[in-house]
Amino acid sequence: MRVTVKLFARLRDIAGTPEMTREVAPGATVASLWQQLATEFPEIASYERSISTAVNADYARRSQVLADGDEVAFLPPVSGG
Amino acid sequence: MAIPLLWIGTAPLALEPLIAAVTERGDATGSDGAVTTFLGLVRNHNVGRKVHHLEYEAYEPLAVRAFERISTEIQATWPDVKLALHHRIGRIEIGGASVAIAAGSPHRGHAFSACRYAIERVKQIAPIWKREFFEGGDVWIEGATADPDDAAARAEAERVACV
Repeated sequence: MRVTVKLFARLRDIAGTPEMTREVAPGATVASLWQQLATEFPEIASYERSISTAVNADYARRSQVLADGDEVAFLPPVSGG
Repeated sequence: MAIPLLWIGTAPLALEPLIAAVTERGDATGSDGAVTTFLGLVRNHNVGRKVHHLEYEAYEPLAVRAFERISTEIQATWPDVKLALHHRIGRIEIGGASVAIAAGSPHRGHAFSACRYAIERVKQIAPIWKREFFEGGDVWIEGATADPDDAAARAEAERVACV
């Protein structure tokens, strides 16, 4: 199944794109998708402990199981205001 | 036309429409005794760097949801407060406003506290990032790991808001 990945701020710079589509196995979670990306873009691995994650524009736990067509966002530490 | 109470976008910010929006109470209009406002500005210095301008980006749909959550939290603590919260994204020059907040209440104490609480929570949980362009380079500013369910962060926001 396929999911859309959204990256922001420095994560977007590292990956070189704000959005991408990735194939994931059935049963894949937010956490396993992150591992897949960290393999592809080793520079993002240092964000493992500091990112927040969202599925379909709602904050989600890393244990959440993904569904076909989900939009998964990885958010570095925020700095609004 | 009524402006949205919670908004994120690239247009410049103004406080007057927010003040009008929070004091519009339908049949109860006139019941407010205070409006406090907060305007966050882009300043020309940061940790010893001479700042030229900032660029903000956001995960917009989640940012609006974060604002809704902040508004709901404020309703729970100060039920008589009406809140408006606007955040600007894109390039903002020195002196420009990046965030505008208004809190109306029958009581000034509630208005002050809710306004302070709102900006603290924006900084904690809104999926918004600033990129600082300074003399000699640029850097993404990274603050808090956003976790709306982090009770300690919420308690800290309440503490500085003098709840």
